[in-house]
Amino acid sequence: MTSPATIVINGKEVQFTGGQTILEVCRGAGVPIPTLCHDNRLKPYGGCRLCIVEIKGVPRPLASCTTPAEAGMEVTTESPRLTRLRKTVLELLLSNHPNDCMCCEAAGNCGLQTLAYRFGARLDRFPGEQWQLPIRQDNPFITYEPNKCIVCGRCTRICNEVVMAGTISLVNRGFEVMPDTAFAKPRSLDNCEFCGQCVSACPTGALTDTKGRGLGRAGDVTKVKTTCTYCGTGCNFFLNVRNDRVIRVTSDLNAPVNHGNLCIKGRYGYDFIHHPDRIRTPLIKEGDGFREASWDEALTLVASRFKALIDEFGPEKVGGFSSSRCTNEENYLMSKWVRTAVGSNNVDNCARV
Amino acid sequence: MPDIDTLFLFGSNPNEGHPIISLYLKEAIANGARLIVGDPRKTWMAKRADVWLNLKPGSNIAMLNGIINVILENGWENKAFIASRTEGFDELRAKVKEYDLDRVERLTGVGRDRIIEAARLYSQADKAMIVYGLGVTEHRTGTENAMAIANLALVCGQIGRPATGIMALRGQNNVQGASDLGPLPATLPGYQSVADAALRGKFEKAWGVKIQDKPGLKSVEMLDECRRGNFKGIFILGEDPAHTDADAKHVQEALAAVDFLVVQDLFHTETTRFADVILPGASFAEKDGTFTNGERRIQRVRRAVTPVPGMAEWEVICRISTLMGYPMAYNHPSEIMDEIAGLVPIYGGISYDRLEEKGIQWPCPTKDHPGTTTLYTDLFSRPGGLATFMPLDHQGSGEVPDEQYPYVLITGRIREHYNNGSMTRRSAGIAEVVPEELAEINPADAAALQINDGDWMRVSSRRGELKVRAKVSDRSQAGNVFMTFHHQDTLTNILTSGFRDPITGTPEYKSCAVRIEALG
Ligand code: SF4
Ligand code: SF4
Ligand code: SF4
Repeated sequence: MTSPATIVINGKEVQFTGGQTILEVCRGAGVPIPTLCHDNRLKPYGGCRLCIVEIKGVPRPLASCTTPAEAGMEVTTESPRLTRLRKTVLELLLSNHPNDCMCCEAAGNCGLQTLAYRFGARLDRFPGEQWQLPIRQDNPFITYEPNKCIVCGRCTRICNEVVMAGTISLVNRGFEVMPDTAFAKPRSLDNCEFCGQCVSACPTGALTDTKGRGLGRAGDVTKVKTTCTYCGTGCNFFLNVRNDRVIRVTSDLNAPVNHGNLCIKGRYGYDFIHHPDRIRTPLIKEGDGFREASWDEALTLVASRFKALIDEFGPEKVGGFSSSRCTNEENYLMSKWVRTAVGSNNVDNCARV
Repeated sequence: MPDIDTLFLFGSNPNEGHPIISLYLKEAIANGARLIVGDPRKTWMAKRADVWLNLKPGSNIAMLNGIINVILENGWENKAFIASRTEGFDELRAKVKEYDLDRVERLTGVGRDRIIEAARLYSQADKAMIVYGLGVTEHRTGTENAMAIANLALVCGQIGRPATGIMALRGQNNVQGASDLGPLPATLPGYQSVADAALRGKFEKAWGVKIQDKPGLKSVEMLDECRRGNFKGIFILGEDPAHTDADAKHVQEALAAVDFLVVQDLFHTETTRFADVILPGASFAEKDGTFTNGERRIQRVRRAVTPVPGMAEWEVICRISTLMGYPMAYNHPSEIMDEIAGLVPIYGGISYDRLEEKGIQWPCPTKDHPGTTTLYTDLFSRPGGLATFMPLDHQGSGEVPDEQYPYVLITGRIREHYNNGSMTRRSAGIAEVVPEELAEINPADAAALQINDGDWMRVSSRRGELKVRAKVSDRSQAGNVFMTFHHQDTLTNILTSGFRDPITGTPEYKSCAVRIEALG
């Protein structure tokens, strides 16, 4: 693009760059457009038909997620016709959806629930056949409730497009189409990475994190944004906290490094935080074992023993190992402690790997 | 990873070690990038590679010299780049000439067709990027291995343009920050040498003490001194060297010998067994702070729950220091960062209020500096702008297989677990899907040893032995066996050797000689 091109959205001029879709331009300009099958991490799909907009000169509404913006387009994102069409789409989805919001794990964090509420969609407008499939918990991490699936394909697309694990795909035909593993085999390390990307992409309660089920829903938790403690990639995510416990990890779609993607460790490796094996109090060696001690006793002992060794043998005989697992601030303080309180330069971080 | 057209992955298995970075690489491959993989193991990437260089462990330099030699013999080098941006090319040319295809085939075990194809793909690519990992650095020649990679990139001029260059992937979450902030014997925080009087003076003034001008001991050296009875006290903060250091028995002897050992950790580990005082640590969910990732992005860690032991490590250090007569007091880790910003120029513009939304990549010298984007592409640069070729020779691993110990043990990581496993083994589900160590052994070797999948076998090296179950898999090539170090009941590092890169001190985790026996 040589000069910045513009389109008109709801009467207002907005700049865009070549290759952007109408949906991207609208959202970039703060104009909300409902979607269910769209995920920024995925290629546009055009499946759910909720993102339809009207374009001047085009008779039928078009899916904004798959339509590229073109200079001079005049786009309308809200109109009685669009509302009617969107409401119909939602009511068709609800016609084969269990009325389970009160017990559903995803309530409060469900795209379908949010949009049904916003458009006043009703469950009984299109009575018809409903899936009656059993809930599946055949692996330690991921619960699948097929009855809640709206076949948006986000799970299968993220598994294939982004993770390239090829674990799940849309199987069956017609009314029976649903995401599943090959031959409906349970997810295991043989066919799945357990990255939970599919869960993070699912807009409904069809895919949920098993470990957090029943422990608190979106409205019950405080979300604390933080950085992963495992590898050096530096993924961000939200710790979901309820009653001073981490009950779940959820994606931060705005994270600069990982854009909401996580691996098994980042998403599911949090139980150690509250594990009963945690050391809770200082321990002092006694005979062959250790005895519990107060912080005051332990730290006084530590300080006096180091002090005595320094006095007797010199600061060159005392040092500290710091850790790639500790924070920057702690590493700095370790470096400072050895150079001030101890008085040597014997400080290193362990294995440098 | 913007439009790379050729990706050369060397000694790195990002699908396991860096799963999220692997997503970018997968995207590049899906977009049509050609893929060369140098790895003794048949990894996910190796299976999908256009060329898989299935080299013998420890033969990295021979491999790279051989590739460069093919490039030069065919005139595939970037002559303009070599002439204008490098020096020492004739020496390099003379050295790699010694690595003809016959010799390189013999040293690496890789067929010549693959070597030639790799040379052609990489050198003829418009934009080629090399990504390397611990398979390069965790050898006694680790630093030289990395230099050999630089030689290749320079010969082809695959550097300094978008989607080219060399990117190194390291292991632990804050290995970058831990290097940046000075727990290093020769440098003060921010890589400022203790030998430099002016820099030392700056810290002396801020800290109000005299700082020694002589570098201290590296961790390995401290442990060596312990063994000799010459070292008296160590404070280990959140590390488990008795489990994760190579030649772990040697480390354990040292820890047993030191007069006074303090270890702070979340859980009992191999290392806490040797402690005189164990202090409970706080997990990342229990404290405020920052981590710096592999692309130098400083990001916030936030306290989400109450610290289990009542206080975090930074508070503990302050209290010990104060009791020793050097008062340290901060109300919050943000005040520590403010102090860092005043003393460490590369962190000069960092403060917590700037890290609220997104992290900042250093160097960030001032409060109004936006930080420096490097996007995982560590470019080779030297003052004066000329890069120097380093002629290098194949040395091989410190320990090579022989009659007594005929197999090569490669150690590494799997995606599901982390380091000593103390955290991931205690995470529900992960412990269930990967409950124990499984040593990967090639079907041909397994057949010869009469070992079936799941059988127990004894693996021994000159330093120790252990029992482990076999996973018969062609991910391991014949002659190699692969183990991780994630399980406390299978202390893989009692097998690994004491050879180290003399420059970085990094142990040769990637290769040692072992014997394998079936236990049924
Ligand atoms: S957990 Fe990951 S690999 Fe497994 S099905 Fe979901 S997206 Fe695919
Ligand atoms: S399981 Fe969820 S993400 Fe997958 S198709 Fe169904 S609703 Fe969409
Ligand atoms: S989520 Fe996985 S890839 Fe991301 S930082 Fe954590 S361990 Fe690394």
